[in-house]
Order: sequence, then C-alpha cells, then structure tokens
Amino acid sequence: MKLSKYLLSSALVAASLSFAPSANAFCGFYVAKADTDLFNQSSKVALVRDGDRTVITMANDYIGDPTEFAMVIPVPTVIKKEQVHVSDSSLLDHLDAYTAPRLVEYFDENPCEMRHRLKRFSASAPVMMESAQADTARDQALGVTIEETFSVGEYDILILSAKESDGLQSWLTENGYKIPDGAERTLGSYIKQDMKFFVAKVNLEKKADMGGEMLRPIAVAYESPKFMLPIRLGTVNAKGTQDLFVYALTRKGKVETTNYRTHKIPSDKEVPVFVKDQFGDFYRDMYKTSAKREGGHGVFMEYAWDMNWCDPCAADPLSDDQLRELGVFWLNDREDDIRPMPRRGGKSMAKDVYVTRLHVRYDAESFPEDLKFKTTGDRGNFQGRYILRHAYEGEMNCPEAEDYVERVNTRKEKEIKTLANLTGWSTGHIRTLIDESGTGGFLKSRKEKEKGKSDWWDKIWSDD
Amino acid sequence: MITQSEKKSILSYLLKDPRHYQIGVLGSLILLGVFHFAFALPAWHVMACLGSALTTQFIADKITGRPFDPRSPLISALSLTILLRTGSVWLSIAAAVLAISSKYLIRFQGKHLFNPANFGLVVVALLFSGAWISPGQWGTAPIFAILLAGLGGVVTGKAKRWDVSLSFLGFYAALILGRALWLGDPLTIPAHQLQNGALLIFTFFMISDPKTTPNARIGRVVYAALVAAVGFTIQFGFYNSAGIILALILTAPTVPLFDRIFQDELYQWPTLFPKFQSSRKGDTYETVQIPAE
Repeated sequence: MKLSKYLLSSALVAASLSFAPSANAFCGFYVAKADTDLFNQSSKVALVRDGDRTVITMANDYIGDPTEFAMVIPVPTVIKKEQVHVSDSSLLDHLDAYTAPRLVEYFDENPCEMRHRLKRFSASAPVMMESAQADTARDQALGVTIEETFSVGEYDILILSAKESDGLQSWLTENGYKIPDGAERTLGSYIKQDMKFFVAKVNLEKKADMGGEMLRPIAVAYESPKFMLPIRLGTVNAKGTQDLFVYALTRKGKVETTNYRTHKIPSDKEVPVFVKDQFGDFYRDMYKTSAKREGGHGVFMEYAWDMNWCDPCAADPLSDDQLRELGVFWLNDREDDIRPMPRRGGKSMAKDVYVTRLHVRYDAESFPEDLKFKTTGDRGNFQGRYILRHAYEGEMNCPEAEDYVERVNTRKEKEIKTLANLTGWSTGHIRTLIDESGTGGFLKSRKEKEKGKSDWWDKIWSDD
Repeated sequence: MITQSEKKSILSYLLKDPRHYQIGVLGSLILLGVFHFAFALPAWHVMACLGSALTTQFIADKITGRPFDPRSPLISALSLTILLRTGSVWLSIAAAVLAISSKYLIRFQGKHLFNPANFGLVVVALLFSGAWISPGQWGTAPIFAILLAGLGGVVTGKAKRWDVSLSFLGFYAALILGRALWLGDPLTIPAHQLQNGALLIFTFFMISDPKTTPNARIGRVVYAALVAAVGFTIQFGFYNSAGIILALILTAPTVPLFDRIFQDELYQWPTLFPKFQSSRKGDTYETVQIPAE
C-alpha cells in the first residue's frame, strides 16, 4: 500500500516537471488520430539531423512482387555497408502515431449543478503501406562507377557515381531499372552536383529466408552539409500530387523548409461532435482545403514537440531504444551529461530530442526544387488538434439552463461554420450529417420543448 | 507658427528623404505580415527591436553630442524585425543593441563599416542557437509586394542607391540562371529561387544603405558583384540558406578599399532645416549639409 502511494506521487512529480515548459498543460482527452494511411500515394521518411550528421530512414510501403521492387535515390556522399541498416517498420508507425493530428473532447457540466463529469474515449486507425519504383539486374559500362556493392538484410545495394546522365540512364535501363522518360535531365543535374546514387533491390533468397510480407525500411547514415530530401526524380512523369511525411528529429528545435514556406496546419478548432466518427474524412478534406488555399500544394507542419512528452498523447513518446534505432546518435553520449529531469512515467532521464512532422503535398510544377531544410532554435510546441465539446443533455431545471441552452446553440452554430470553412463541406451537408449521426444536435429551450415538435416549415429551409 | 513656405519645404523634404519611404514600406510590410500573411512575428519581438534600437541610438547620440535622429535606427530595427527569428526577447534586444552600437564602435575613415541590421542579425544568429534567419517563410503575395515596393522606390527615385540594388539583383540572378543552365535544370528552378522574400528585402532595403556602400557609383556596382558572388558561393557551395546575408558582413570590410580606388563624395542624408544644423569637425555621420540634389 505504502509502495503504491509512493509510486503514484513520484509519477505526478515527473509529470508536472515535464509539463512545466508548456502553458497549455491540459489539452483535452485524446479521442482519435489521423494516420498517414488516409493519404494515398504517400511516403514516410524519418530524418535525424545534428550538425552535418544525418540518418535517414525511408519507409518501404511497397506491396507486390519483390522482384519488381527497386529504388534509386540520390545521396550526397558515397555510402559504405556500415552506414546502411535495415530498420523496423513499427518504428515509423509509432513515430507516425505519436505525431498524428488528434481529436480531443470535453464534456460540459450540468449548468444547474456544477459537477465534474469527464469521460474518456479512444479510437485509432490501422496502418497501411506503399512506395518505390523499378526493376533489377546488373552489368557495367558507360562512365558509371560502382563505388560500393553490398547486401544488408533483404536488400542488395549499389552505390553508383556517374560522369554523364545518358550513361547512367542507359546503365540503369540495361540493368533492368525502369527509369521514367525525362529523368535523364534530372539525373544529369544530380551528377553535376556531385551526388551519388543509392540503388537498392530485393535479394529474393534472403527475403525468402526471412519470410514476412513487407519490406523493411532502409536507414542510411551519412555526413554532409546538405540537409535536403531529393524529390525531383519522383516527380518526373508523375501525374497529380504526391504526399510526403517527414519526421525530423533534432537536438535543437523545429525543422523548416528553407526554399518553400512552411505553413502551420489549422489547429485548436472546435468542430461538431459527429466528427468523432468521421475524423479521417474530416482531416483529409481539411488538409486538402488548406493545401488548395496555397494552390493545391504546400509544406504543412502537423506536429512539433519535445519528445519527452505529449498532451494529449496520440501514442506514447518513443523510447530511448526506439530513438537509437532510428539513428538518434547523440543519445549514446547522454550517460555523461547528467540532466536529472525525469520523463513522463519517470522511467529515464529527459532527452534532447525534438520532433517536427511535416506533411508535404507536391507536384513537379509547384515544387521544382528538392526540399531543403534548416534546424531552427524554436522549441515551441505545436500540434494539429481538433476539439469536440459535448453539451450537457440531461435534465436541467434552473433559471441558468435557458441561458446555457442559448450559449450552446450559438456555439454549435459557430462549430458548423468552422467545419465548413476548414473542410469546404457545405453547411447544409454538415447539418444533414449532424441529423444522421443523432448526436450533438441543437438543444431545445424549455419554451420550444413545451411547444412540442417543430413547425413543418422549419424543415423546408433548414440551411438558413 | 509655421509659414506657408516652411510648410512647403517640410512637405518636399518628407518626400525627398529616402528613409521615409523605406520606413513606410518596411512598416507596412510588418503590419501586413502580422495581420494578413501570418508571418508569426510576436509583438514583443517588434517592440524589443524598435525600442532597443531607438534607445541605443539615443544614448549614443547623447554621448557623442549629436542631435538624436530616430530614422536610421528605425530602418535598422524594422529590417531586423522582419529578418530575425527568435524565441527570446533578450536576443531581439541584443540584436538591436549590437546593430546600432556597431555604427558608433566599428568605424573606419569616418564611415561605419557594417550595415547595422546586417551586423546585429548575423552576430546574434551565429552566436546563439535561439536565434535564426528564416529565408523561406514568405508567401507569393508578400514577395510580390516587396518587389513592387522596391521597384517603385527605384522608379520614383526614392531609393538613392538603386544602382547597388539593381546591379546586385542582376548579378545574383545571372549566377543563379547560369548555374541552372550548367546543371541542365528547368528554368522553373532559378525562377523559384529568385522568388524569395528575404532576397528582395535584402536587395532593396539592406544592401542599398548609402552609408555602408562605396561612395562612387562604379565602386558600388563592382561591390554588388562581389556580394552576389560571395553570397552565391555560400548558398550553393556551403549549403547555407542565409548566403547573401552572410556575404554582406563578410565583404563590408572591403568597402574602404573601393572608396580608395573609386573616389567620390560621402553620402549625406537630406536635412530638415539645414540652417539650424551646425557642422562639427570630423562629424561625417548624418545630417550636416544640404544634399547635392
């Protein structure tokens, strides 16, 4: 008994210490999150960066015949076997869940008896995958140098350097890599910028030995002043827009793009309670509408937070082991620099890890250049957060009730307008959805209740 | 009472001094930025930059015995407000104090060496991780507005050093375009690189400072080429997105050399009532004589 009491109090101390930097310690109860699987054609990349050191983990969401799989990525330096690691896809999924936009809810108290009534719900969504490009085989010629060749996990990897783009293009084509038409120019630009090419395909025997359906993410560590993500090869010949999720982990603070504007996704908006069952649709359309206002594309910050905590949590912060696996190399030095701030749950010391989630929607026309990033000293917290406020719907017998009903209905009216503005849905459609959901409708004042059912004409112009 | 002719002279003076145009443009840009384009400029940052720049100038003028003139520090403070990002009010203050005091402390042959805003910005951003420059945080509309205001200044003659602005922009654009042609990149890439708010603010409101650029026109054009080349090298050779801003501080010490090679009169700001101002020996800083124009 004594022991459990002690544990409880130490947990509270831990929690309050880690909450200290934030002004909004209570951000509502977590209800649901918007996972990346809402977005088709999306890729996920974790970028760990400090100084000139980068560890990039690319999620491999490829589903299909492994013989068909291959990827060609420009990299700033030659990569050796020791710099490549096959990671675990659950890590990126966890990072995705931790940083996902979230829905929270609050419950009004009975205005007649000011009693606390707080409930908790939770729901989450499954995980999906997608990715990559071409084919396989090998040979040599055409001014192409194979700098390194090695196998890691289920992947056979080549690091190529080239002198001429047509040579590289021919080499890749002859070796069975399907390179889109028009890529030659882009390859040429990368060659002149002294970039190397990281080419990976699946080793079928090893894949068979390992079993499992999915290909695991590839992590690459390198040192270069270039803090960028090459997106140009992926936009050659691609139709429509693509979605990219970047989870940047740094020691100092927020990461932003230097050659495109980083917008904050609209946040802290109160929306009607039926959104609870349609959070996925809501978020997808809200993102689309936000992007549309910027011309159909853009870089949007969806989350930026100190990795020690979250409020509310869509998923637990990543553990030290998970972060190390993602390549957060500075955690290893931490034994020396003692900083006695406990993290939430009190398991270990506070870590210097700050995560930024950027959701990029791009196409070749609006994003002609590769994404270039910069770490800023900004450690302010930001999250995509949407709020449901449940009205008190029980029996209310007091003079304050009339006033309360009026306030709630004004609030609901405002929520409908907010939702329409965020998602581009029409208010009429939203009202229909509210009716269909059967929850969160307008409250009736006592007069209206006494009057009985609404008049027949109320339904004709319900949009007004 | 102010007489009719004095009223006229005040009006023509208000229109004449290029600093008024700059203050107007930068001030409206901040207001537009805060209220319309969501630049995320906190009020304390604006207040700290303005307040400490004016205070520093006031104290320095008291010490050196010059009449206090708020216009130059106002321009420096507005440029700092727009280009510097920080989470700490102390860093905003530090940047503004450094900016203004550099005018008094780092001088050579009667001119201050560094562009004040540039000096404060770079020193604070290099020394503290809590301060940084965000070159990418501009939407299309503000970029267009700056371009319009900048060119407007050139056309109406409000920018007295339009030669340095235009030649810098020309050289820099040529380098960017040349790089794209060499790489075989589509022209949308250099076009995108030139659509940068920080680049345009720099071009029309920072490098154009008459006090820290060479006195002779030919000197200024050569100097602009130097800044463009250094900035381009830092940006694309060393992958630092604040290339041109660093280039200005790095090349500033060469300005006296340009002044020696290409000799010309030192620029003087126009004055309000020239007859009331007395010239002190060695006082080449601000407002001592009627401008040549």
